[in-house]
Amino acid sequence: MTWFLLVLSVISGTAGDLLTAKGMSDHGEIHDFRLNAVLQIAARLSRNMFIVTGTLAQAVSFFSFVALLGVADLSFAVPATALGNVAKTVFARLFLKEHVGWRRWAGALLVSFGVLLVSM
Amino acid sequence: MKPFSVAPHRMLLASQLRVVSGLAPTTKVVTGRDFSKIKHHTCVVLAIIANTLGNFLLSVGMRQMDFQPSAAPLEYLRIFANPWIDAGVLLLIVWFASQLSLLSWSDLSYVLPITGASYVLTAVLGKVFLHEFVSISRWLGILVISLGVVLVVGTAPKAKLGPREVIP
Repeated sequence: MTWFLLVLSVISGTAGDLLTAKGMSDHGEIHDFRLNAVLQIAARLSRNMFIVTGTLAQAVSFFSFVALLGVADLSFAVPATALGNVAKTVFARLFLKEHVGWRRWAGALLVSFGVLLVSM
Repeated sequence: MKPFSVAPHRMLLASQLRVVSGLAPTTKVVTGRDFSKIKHHTCVVLAIIANTLGNFLLSVGMRQMDFQPSAAPLEYLRIFANPWIDAGVLLLIVWFASQLSLLSWSDLSYVLPITGASYVLTAVLGKVFLHEFVSISRWLGILVISLGVVLVVGTAPKAKLGPREVIP
């Protein structure tokens, strides 16, 4: 059960982040933060399949993580999600064709390693 | 005397208020590059703070409620009776909105390490408000995360653009 929840949380979290990132970069930069414009953007995004599936995947990830906290220690659950961070960076390079320079690789690894230390 | 004349200083105040509240087109006050900078930094700070505080309030609320995961579906709605949980959920919505905005002009590989700063803020919140013990390895972890965040902050949010087009 613990491992099932862990794998589910990491996979759905990774998929969720990649899908929403793809959807938002397709949408293009948001310039206008007035209420009318924000509502229009929200309506447009709710018809964007990447955003909808990505948000659902994030929700699955969130609830399985909360359930994971119910059956496992925080010191076990948190490092696992940190490993998800490295996976997300790798997939962002592969699927989203992002230019990940050495500083971003180093940053992703340092943050994940730091999370491991914090949760020890 | 005109029927709708207003003292000049009051007009100025009103227009400033409209700008602050987001009702006036801010591009008239802050243009182009400056506005991009401001919205970028606002979204970064908002994402980090809302995520940390949202999770924090949620965990405070969940501890108060003594929640059982195996409970009936209606029990899940009962947790919204707790104001801490409501505030936490509201902040997580703010986090999601600013994360999405940020992703509309930044790479995922930029956003992820930056929002890792929330782990640092979580540890600080635990230390200050819950008086949790922070061990040497925890401080070391906080230092390592901060180093990673600083490294990534120095890169352009959208690496595909030319160097002149990016937000510093």
